[in-house]
Amino acid sequence: MMLDTPKKLACPELLDLAGGRLALLGSRCRACGEVYFPASHGCTRCCATDMEPYRLGSEGTLWSWTIQGFRPKAPYNGGESEADFRPYGVGYVEMPSGVKVESRLSVADPALLAIGMPMILTLQAYRQVPGEAPVYTYAFAPA
Amino acid sequence: MDNEVAIIGVGLHPFGRTDALSGQQQGAYAVREALKDAGIEWKDVGVAYGGSQDGGNADALSNHLGLTGIPFVNVANGCATGGSALASVIAAIQSGVAEIGVAVGFDKHPRGAFNPRPKDWGLEDWYGETGLMLTTQFFALKTQRYMHEHGIGEEALVRIAQRAFRNGALTPHAWRRRELSYAEIAESMPVNLPLRKFMFCNPAEGGAALVLCSAKHARKYSAKPVIVKAAVMRTRHHGSFEVFNPGLAAQQSPAPTVMASRAAFELAGVGPQDIDVIQLQDTDSGSELIHIAENGFCEHGEQAHLLKNGDTDIHGRLPINTDGGCLANGEPVGASGLRQVIEICTQLRGQAGARQVPGTPRLGYTHVYGAPGVSAVTILQAG
Ligand SMILES: [Zn+2]
Repeated sequence: MMLDTPKKLACPELLDLAGGRLALLGSRCRACGEVYFPASHGCTRCCATDMEPYRLGSEGTLWSWTIQGFRPKAPYNGGESEADFRPYGVGYVEMPSGVKVESRLSVADPALLAIGMPMILTLQAYRQVPGEAPVYTYAFAPA
Repeated sequence: MDNEVAIIGVGLHPFGRTDALSGQQQGAYAVREALKDAGIEWKDVGVAYGGSQDGGNADALSNHLGLTGIPFVNVANGCATGGSALASVIAAIQSGVAEIGVAVGFDKHPRGAFNPRPKDWGLEDWYGETGLMLTTQFFALKTQRYMHEHGIGEEALVRIAQRAFRNGALTPHAWRRRELSYAEIAESMPVNLPLRKFMFCNPAEGGAALVLCSAKHARKYSAKPVIVKAAVMRTRHHGSFEVFNPGLAAQQSPAPTVMASRAAFELAGVGPQDIDVIQLQDTDSGSELIHIAENGFCEHGEQAHLLKNGDTDIHGRLPINTDGGCLANGEPVGASGLRQVIEICTQLRGQAGARQVPGTPRLGYTHVYGAPGVSAVTILQAG
């Protein structure tokens, strides 16, 4: 997606906004090529420590999903009351490198979710408290 | 093997909620019950290992049991705490540190789901803040993928919970003793689909303890000792699908359960077909579903048929979680693994009453699995 106005992000270090195009950032092991999300300081596959930044892209396929049916306790900080809580989708999205990224989903309706469907990266205002700027996190939406 | 170790006493403080007793008091109660079962006293014990997650230090149980000066080691291995304590006592007895050892686990958790902190797990704050750091989510995501890969429908999840509560109703010390109907489970609140309310266990309280000695001397103490043929613990490899992982590797690798199970069968010199009674970690229906195959008791995808057929019931060919497992007993993390061992001992001694598996069971199996990717397996044999 193209980004217009700057937004308050929960996790700016995970996102590459270069050129106004949104992409997820991870890292890759220079020794064995294994890809990590989020960026890792060492490779748990080959035990090397020489890592380079890696753009994971913005498109993938849904690898698994669930619906978060209750309001999580802290450290969750969505800010809504128990009564205002609305279930949200959570999934793993398989990126072109093969790595699966855990993410909130833009939809929370089981009828709209199926393993294997194409997904695209977006931003979601997960914290919307009156009198405060909304806080965004990355999320995936059906493409 | 002439270096084998036997369980000569078991003791349990019933799981559930006991407001009047601290976690440590419930642990001390379990140790006293185990000593009574073995016909010995605390001063006869030469070494002890134990642990809890939220109930305090295990070595403080000495303040309840008696200050006899023995080495008492605190174990902290999450869900594998009991299994690790057991493996440590066995090694101590085999190496000649002591003739008699005690393994104990106990716990007392606050109500509601566990409340992890990202920093404790090497994760950044955003992971918890944005609502991704929940164990129930992980179990659901893993189960959803597994059911997709192996063509298993949601009925299997309902049947696992139904059998757990049916067995719990037959178990005098179980916490949840009410049978639930298929519909009650299938229509319960969707916590994290495909998993629903009655498919999850709850944090609880309780204590469990074992008394062990060299198998050579076991008959001095017990008419029905249980020989530990294997007690194995393994941790995850790169690529294993574990809890609290914002990213999963491109290539999946076998779970720590698979590695622990294979090593235990090899050590014991037996196979899954030889096992008469089984305990599998069932923090939720999905976990048990996966663990049936990961421990070698069927092929991946065969579970739906086994469950529908009643094969995993008390009178089936693979009786699983005969005391109702974690679903009916709750999960006091430190004690849970030893509760499994105690149930298998009770079954192998033929003392399980209404939930006794038929015939003369000779070999039993226990399996725990937990964060951050550890598994412990034991294989036990009637002595
Ligand atoms: Zn590497």
